Amino acid sequence: MVVSTQVKEQPATAGQDTERRLNMIEAINEALDVMMARDPDVIVMGEDVGYFGGVFRCTAGLQEKHGKTRVFDTPISECGIIGVAVGMGAYGLRPVPEIQFADYIYPGLDQLISEAARLRYRSACDYIAPMTVRSPFGGGIFGGQTHSQSPEAIFTHVAGLKTVIPATPYDAKGLLISAIEDNDPVIFFEPKRIYNGPFSGYYDKPVEPWKKHRDSVVPEGYYKIPLGKARTVTEGEQITVLAYGTMVHVAEAVCAEKGVEADILDLRTMMPLDIEAIEASVKKTGKCMIVHEATRTSGFGAELSALVQERCFYHLEAPIERVTGFDTPYPHSLEWAYFPGPVRLGEAIDRLLSE
Amino acid sequence: MADRPEGQNKPRLALHVPEPKFRPGDKADFSHIDIGEPGKMPRPDEACEAKDTLPLCYDLIRVLGDDDKAHGPWNPKLDPDTLRTMLQHFSTVRAFDERMFRGQRQGKTSFYMKCTGEEATSISAAMALASDDMVFPSYRQQGVLIARGYPLLEMINQIYSNKGDKLKGRQLPIMYSSRDHSFFSISGNLATQTPQAVGWAMASAIKGDSRIAATWVGEGSTAEGDFHSACTFATVYNAPVILNVINNQWAISSFSGFAGAERTTFAARALGYGLAGLRVDGNDPLAVYAAEQWAANRARANAGPTLIEHFTYRAEGHSTSDDPSGYRSAQEREEWPLGDPVTRLKDHLIALGEWDEDRQAAMDKEAAEHVKATTKEAEKNGILGHGLHHPFRTMFQDVYEDLPWHLEEQAAQAKREREIKWPGEEPWS
Repeated sequence: MVVSTQVKEQPATAGQDTERRLNMIEAINEALDVMMARDPDVIVMGEDVGYFGGVFRCTAGLQEKHGKTRVFDTPISECGIIGVAVGMGAYGLRPVPEIQFADYIYPGLDQLISEAARLRYRSACDYIAPMTVRSPFGGGIFGGQTHSQSPEAIFTHVAGLKTVIPATPYDAKGLLISAIEDNDPVIFFEPKRIYNGPFSGYYDKPVEPWKKHRDSVVPEGYYKIPLGKARTVTEGEQITVLAYGTMVHVAEAVCAEKGVEADILDLRTMMPLDIEAIEASVKKTGKCMIVHEATRTSGFGAELSALVQERCFYHLEAPIERVTGFDTPYPHSLEWAYFPGPVRLGEAIDRLLSE
Repeated sequence: MADRPEGQNKPRLALHVPEPKFRPGDKADFSHIDIGEPGKMPRPDEACEAKDTLPLCYDLIRVLGDDDKAHGPWNPKLDPDTLRTMLQHFSTVRAFDERMFRGQRQGKTSFYMKCTGEEATSISAAMALASDDMVFPSYRQQGVLIARGYPLLEMINQIYSNKGDKLKGRQLPIMYSSRDHSFFSISGNLATQTPQAVGWAMASAIKGDSRIAATWVGEGSTAEGDFHSACTFATVYNAPVILNVINNQWAISSFSGFAGAERTTFAARALGYGLAGLRVDGNDPLAVYAAEQWAANRARANAGPTLIEHFTYRAEGHSTSDDPSGYRSAQEREEWPLGDPVTRLKDHLIALGEWDEDRQAAMDKEAAEHVKATTKEAEKNGILGHGLHHPFRTMFQDVYEDLPWHLEEQAAQAKREREIKWPGEEPWS
């Protein structure tokens, strides 16, 4: 997998201000660095994460700084990586395993679903598995069908797991710190399409670098963003858009382009879910659009749609719109036909507004 | 002329499907198994190269001979008190298995698994470990808990899923967990505990601790991917871990051939990974103790992980849900060439002049009475399905550290249902 994701040296001052601006990779790296410095029980491991710093460079420099017994490469064995992380968690460590691509997580599923997720419950708190499984996910980088998937719905279906997906550098750092401190196993999916800059959905337009974006100002040191709290990206009265990861930025770009005043909620965490924010927004606008890149059928959008219907039915002025990937594997050459881009979002917005 | 597919010159291929040597009605004959001679196997230095264990991966480490005496370099030279303690644990676990099996038949619980014939693989092995070494057991290592002094009352409470069950009635019977006894929570999914044990051992090494880890897995489950991941991680990081493979010949009704036993031994799998491998007579308590002690010393000295194949025989069914008369010769148990571990240890102690049949009978009687009395005590906390269980509210606890809103809502739903079904009663009790 060849992806251009070199960490670029950021000047201490960027643009017109003097605030520190990071891309998502640097923010994630900093979260790991901060937590490793604060807590000697935090361990980073995964394929290529050590000396080389990970294929996306998220763990660059950590081994040199924290030592190779705390940051190390692993065999290519996802069930092994997750399985040993369960054992490490039982010992009392806080492992942060990296799965190189979310598509590779399937060999480790049993250890996540049957073991990590249930350990607290089945042992009545004798043992816990306080791990944070980091993994780049989603498409839009010509990764083909095995480097592009969005498997978040698998994990939200499992009692005992938490699922977190950041959409900005600021959130990535704060959410990852919360995830590492959390005593439950957390799946932390990193939308790799926006590692280096927010993506508008127009694949033929240059990507704006993070350093020009309002949410790339990342404080130094330790700060947390609580799990279970959504972020209001834009406020509006016309429609509610529920999104996460890359699709937050696509939705924002499309709404801005169409001049739609939308309440765009970046969910940030699927489990625990901020139902209060969703309910309040949909009751305000009466129109709900759910956006994700994953395949449509039984996707997380189905759960969101059901919740909105159950809780906001009498406030709805139009059928709930689901904008998603198609129910096919991610096609390499036809990636942009698959990706839920401005046209698909635009049609859904038009339908909602016409009701 | 070779059999060829029509229109092809190349010979027809044939699939091999393993078949055990004996089925119901067959006369069992184990003369094809080379059990070797007790005392003849060399005992290499515990810090040896993994490849130096090659002969130990194919032949059997045995200590107790037909003369009931201990032979050779693997004799752990245990004192009579230790041997009597081991025998007492054997006696207890046999009595426990008998009583719990009967309890299942009486409807007091849903399920039970005996370890008859395999007692040494857990009790003798556990006695060779330090009490705070962490164990990641499979489902037939009740002997480890008994050897570590875990109260029988707690075991029975767990089996009955009653209000005394420390696991709050959430686990299948016999899937114990005790952090205080360094005994990991048992999983129903097979071999998952093996990479977990390696991870725990790696963590212990990362922290510069002195405790090692040991795990137990059935020979059938060595076919699981987790087992191979465990071997790889163990060798890559030189993890202080012991991987015990209990080759009891049967994985429910599939014989060991379906895990690859027709081609090689399970101990020999160690060599391909760079692990030390030992193949031990699993019905010889002294040999099991010695092998486990060798591996523990090796791990503790940072000399490397070890895979031990305990060559034994599952004398009973797989579980209370299984009837072995449907798939294997009824004679196998009697014909098994390595005998019974309890009888062999007893006879050894008698040969040493440290025991006799009367004391054995008294010990067995005392164990049976102790188990019986403890069972009655546990029954005061309830039996499965008879109402004395943990309060209903506990169903929603411990899924997460904190109760999320959706589980709060579902708990309220469950409470409403109970108020309708049993008006006037405390719904959460």
